[in-house]
Amino acid sequence: MTQPVQPSDFQKRALSLAQQSSAPAFLQTVRQQGLDEFGQIQWPGRKTEMWKYTTLRPVEAFANAGWPADDVAADGEQLASLPELDATRLVFVDGIFDGAASDELPDGVRLFSQADESARLLLDRYLGKIAKDVDPARRNLFAALNDAWLTDGVLVYVPKNATLEKPLYVVHLSTAQAADRVANQRLLVVLEQGASAELIEHYLSTKDAKASFVNTLTEIHVGDNARLSHTRLNLEHEASSHVGAVHINLQRSAVANGFTLAEGGELKRLDYQINHCGEGAELTLNGLYLGRNEQHVDYHTTIEHRVPNCTSQEVFRGIVGDKAKAVFNGRIHIHEDAQKTLAELNNRNLLTSNTAEVDTKPELEIYADDVRCAHGATISQLDETALYYLQSRGIEPLQARMMLSYGFVNEVLETLPHEGIRTVLQQRLRQRFVGEV
Amino acid sequence: MLQIKELVAEIDGKQILNGLNLTIGDGEVHAIMGPNGAGKSTLGNVLTGRDGYEVKSGEVLFNGKNLFDLEIEERAREGMFLAFQYPVEIPGVSNMEFLKASLDARRKHQGLEELSSFDFMKLARETSAKVSLDAAFLKRGVNEGFSGGEKKRNEILQMMLLEPQLCILDETDSGLDIDALQVVANGVNAMRDGKRSFIVVTHYQRLLDYIVPDHVHVLAGGKIVKSGDKELAKELEAKGYGWLEGEVA
Repeated sequence: MTQPVQPSDFQKRALSLAQQSSAPAFLQTVRQQGLDEFGQIQWPGRKTEMWKYTTLRPVEAFANAGWPADDVAADGEQLASLPELDATRLVFVDGIFDGAASDELPDGVRLFSQADESARLLLDRYLGKIAKDVDPARRNLFAALNDAWLTDGVLVYVPKNATLEKPLYVVHLSTAQAADRVANQRLLVVLEQGASAELIEHYLSTKDAKASFVNTLTEIHVGDNARLSHTRLNLEHEASSHVGAVHINLQRSAVANGFTLAEGGELKRLDYQINHCGEGAELTLNGLYLGRNEQHVDYHTTIEHRVPNCTSQEVFRGIVGDKAKAVFNGRIHIHEDAQKTLAELNNRNLLTSNTAEVDTKPELEIYADDVRCAHGATISQLDETALYYLQSRGIEPLQARMMLSYGFVNEVLETLPHEGIRTVLQQRLRQRFVGEV
Repeated sequence: MLQIKELVAEIDGKQILNGLNLTIGDGEVHAIMGPNGAGKSTLGNVLTGRDGYEVKSGEVLFNGKNLFDLEIEERAREGMFLAFQYPVEIPGVSNMEFLKASLDARRKHQGLEELSSFDFMKLARETSAKVSLDAAFLKRGVNEGFSGGEKKRNEILQMMLLEPQLCILDETDSGLDIDALQVVANGVNAMRDGKRSFIVVTHYQRLLDYIVPDHVHVLAGGKIVKSGDKELAKELEAKGYGWLEGEVA
């Protein structure tokens, strides 16, 4: 007989916070399901496989947290620091939509709270469902929490054969007012057959930001022959904790190009779940993670090949220094029916100090017999021969180390589809490796 | 330019240089030949300060300064340059960025201003044309996916940009076809100005047909066992190194 679940203090608090929030009636079903589910999931500990190398203590510290004030606006300096992109910008401050700082919403983009009849039908059909399309044993409890905490979100809908005219640039800013507060973010994207869209999610903090907890969930339906470009940047202050997930379902001949970058924090845990649901779908997923000081960053990616003739190309690289810790778990599951799958996973890590730690685990589970799969994971230090080569040309050791670290990540950065973002990140990472940011 | 006195050096506890003496005057070209394992590459590595090579005794003066007081990068800025036998591939770092950082460091040390990006690009393009390296190679990762010949030409390109006082060419001819060999030799010859000195380390006489040395030395058993003029190289080509074995002992 199974023991009844004893909710943790954080779970109890989270459930009571959910009761203290309100949402439009048409979100109640999803909220209630989330509430019921979240309270019933055993709080993870060291023995929970999916949380083996990542402690939830930073989240547990929010057992007395409240909701942020809903009238915090981004100030001019914060907005000026954002890159100028040819994109539609939506700004959220501590989880609350900041209309004044946002561009006018284009056709197909709206807040859940402003959903009309047709938008509600989409929410009914997809919201929460994509994140639940997982092996039940791997249900993400923070996705359930996101359902329970749901008050609003961004819905992107691109109809058949249409293109979202400009990239959608969603900015989530955490401020000092968010200290000891929790925030919930939600994004649902539905690309119908032959549609295409480019999305950029950018999480950042003000310089004076303090400990805060953000829980995010992005669900994306990529219809037959549809094309998705999705970039997600987690560049918050190192005092912040962020648990987030991106769930993508790819239908027949869909093409998805994903890029993600995370700088470590008190806790950064990012889950990617991509399901190949229709034949001929193609996925590229590239990522970078960087840890220093005592930061923690954890990527868990899962790719489900359920049908034949799909491809997955996944490259993640990390640089971890000081006493920081990084976790990478890359799972590719090739089901019995998924013949002619092509799947490659590569994870390389650079340790720049003796006290840094990386736990990497590529997991290939293959039940089909006619597939091409490759995976590899390495952990190494800066190449001494390359350092010598640079120094022998007059370059300072510190600069040489910076150049090599930068080069290591730049190989992946160069795959970033959006040029504006790529340039901004290249600049930022150069500064980072010489200790300027 | 360079005085090496009784240099003893080892790697991993194994003594490779056993009291090597060599003096290089301004504007001179010295060829160093010798059998495998004689210490030819070690000499270049010790002079440039590579980690793992331990100097046990002896002295090296570079323009009157004690070389071993200088860090790797300081030696380079003072004008020492080693063209690597195996140039290192550094993906993700563009050749252009690498070349500019090198030249900036050298110029700063000389009290010169850094070149603007525009002036640098122009100089880099002109120089790469001189070594028949397509300017597209400037945008690629350092030596990334370059053929053997392209890597060596990239070394000569660096040498021409940095304008060092002492150039050490470590088996730059190995793996080169005759065209590439000529490109490399032309690059070196164009830099001979009566002041700049060269140490050309090679197995083969062939390179010395194109880069004609003032002096030829045989390095064997970790020391110079015989010195002569360019005729010595031809003699070695004809007779091998065996006849010198007595002199090693």
